Amino acid sequence: MSAPAPDTPAAATGAAAKAAYDRRWQRILDCVALKTPERMPVVMYATFWLAKYAGITYRQLMYEYEMTREIAERAVLEFDPEAYNPMVLQSASGRALEAIGFKQLQWPGHGVRDDQPFQYLDREYMKPEEYDDFIFDPTGFYLHNYLPRVASAFEGFEELPHFPGLHYFRLVAGIRPFARPRVRAALANVMRAAEEVDRFVAQHTAFTERMTGLGYPCTNIATSIAPYDFIADYFRGARGMMTDLFRHKDKLLEALDKAAVFILRQTVASAKASGNPIVFIPTHWAPDAFMSEAQFRKFWWPSFRRVMIGLIEADLVPMPLWESDCTKRLEIIRDVPPGKCIYWFERTDMVRAFEVLGDVTALRGNLSPSMMTTGKPHEVDAAVRHLAENVFAKGGKLILDCAFGIPDETPVANVRAMFDAARKYAG
Amino acid sequence: MSDMSEQDRQLMEWLADMREDEALQLANKMLLEDGADPLRVLELCRNAMDIVGQRFSQGEYFLPELVLAGEMLQKIGAVAKPLIKQTAGGGQRKLAKVLIGTVHGDLHDIGKNIVTFMLDINGFEVKDIGVDVPVQTFIDEINGYAPDVVGLSGFLTLAFESMKETIAAIEAAGLRERMKIMIGGGQIDETVRAYTGADAFGRNAVDAVSLCKNWAVVAA
Repeated sequence: MSAPAPDTPAAATGAAAKAAYDRRWQRILDCVALKTPERMPVVMYATFWLAKYAGITYRQLMYEYEMTREIAERAVLEFDPEAYNPMVLQSASGRALEAIGFKQLQWPGHGVRDDQPFQYLDREYMKPEEYDDFIFDPTGFYLHNYLPRVASAFEGFEELPHFPGLHYFRLVAGIRPFARPRVRAALANVMRAAEEVDRFVAQHTAFTERMTGLGYPCTNIATSIAPYDFIADYFRGARGMMTDLFRHKDKLLEALDKAAVFILRQTVASAKASGNPIVFIPTHWAPDAFMSEAQFRKFWWPSFRRVMIGLIEADLVPMPLWESDCTKRLEIIRDVPPGKCIYWFERTDMVRAFEVLGDVTALRGNLSPSMMTTGKPHEVDAAVRHLAENVFAKGGKLILDCAFGIPDETPVANVRAMFDAARKYAG
Repeated sequence: MSDMSEQDRQLMEWLADMREDEALQLANKMLLEDGADPLRVLELCRNAMDIVGQRFSQGEYFLPELVLAGEMLQKIGAVAKPLIKQTAGGGQRKLAKVLIGTVHGDLHDIGKNIVTFMLDINGFEVKDIGVDVPVQTFIDEINGYAPDVVGLSGFLTLAFESMKETIAAIEAAGLRERMKIMIGGGQIDETVRAYTGADAFGRNAVDAVSLCKNWAVVAA
């Protein structure tokens, strides 16, 4: 088998690269619009796999901006995808996390070994009795309660004044807490952290600009979240959230309604600022096994659908990643305008997803992680062929990818097999 | 449980139906005001948990119900257990002993905790040794606890290798023949089972209970 010629040689720049960029991006947009692209797009989503690819530690990947940029560029040029994920933004966050004193993750050098990926710490970051504060004034809750809990740079913000209610001479006296040592120290810490974040994001921007110059689009810059997952993962924790479905369901529904509004506003602003319309939304609590259909219809889907519709109305393209197996949800999540979304499935059978959703949304995914990490190249080839023949060739607007990007431990030969097979079986 | 009163039935029903406030109020009344036998109240709880487990197996209940059921059980247990007289008979005989933990490198515990709870309410003695468990800790715990089944949990793809290493070490220590090994977690499938050398894998807590029950029957 010979690999088809890439859209552009690795060194292409200028007009040739611009044309290649446009062709690649058009294939993605065609899928979104439910038009048949000239070939099946295959995208590269890599985070810690880049470390394996280059033979460095995960810690180096997270901390060495220049090295990470160089490796990410090499990987994109070698595998020649239609588009890539914001690799630097999703990998090289070590210095920024450290500067912020981020408490919700453990990462290499901070709780896990140098050769392990970062992992989220599922905890109760908001007590059930704090729902009212959150609902009444989310910004105040963030400043006084949430931020100091999740990031040490903000410790001291607890002493900030309560802004609503400050007026006239009360405003004058009301800002006195800014003179307190803990508040001053916190402000200095946040400014220092922001300087590191500025360097980090500048590296990401430089990388995407460089790749644009070489003809490669980024799949998305902005991300978002389902309101239910936002509350479950980042505030109440898994256990708290599951019991809230019984103990605090009215408060929870109110918080979800509130969160949907500010999540939408924040996402539209960041996506518009990025210039890239696709919004990546990893979902966590939608899977079949996690809640009943009735619970899904009541607690999970309505607020998320509102966010998606809001994004679509703002001319953005929601790209939820439906984690785990969401087969039983397919009929429900069909309820979106056709030709506006990309549904990325992790373990849901893609052929089944195509049958139910093929006339509504583009699809993305989903080579299994176990096969990618422990299988052989010929197995990867067969799996790609299966998707190409049973989804793409039958009219499915499939963007080929792994289940949730390239698993960290995947042998390079299997990644090569994935890209080669995509070209072999679908253009 | 043959001679069940209306009150007994009510407690079981409220527990099984997730009516937490009513169930806890009634359990407290039975224990603290009526002087009910704490062992009997706990038995009623176990019966209710059986119903919860059945509803979970049948796809009527999901994780939220299991978590709430676990918390209700814990709250009633906290009131009942101090009331149990020392002279009371020994605990129920358990079906088998299960050692469970999340393999090294992985910090996830939600799935493991659910499996632990489900095994517990289904009559197994379970020892949960936490997350990010080094290979040697598994070996030491197996030597000390002598489980019939070892459950290895993991959510990340790195767990594939950790599970393989752990099972290889159990084998190298000459302990493999004494037990069954099951694996589970977000990405686990038959490919991973074959790769790691486990006896079986489970997609959820019901699978884990079925596997352990089948193995317990065969052993008995």
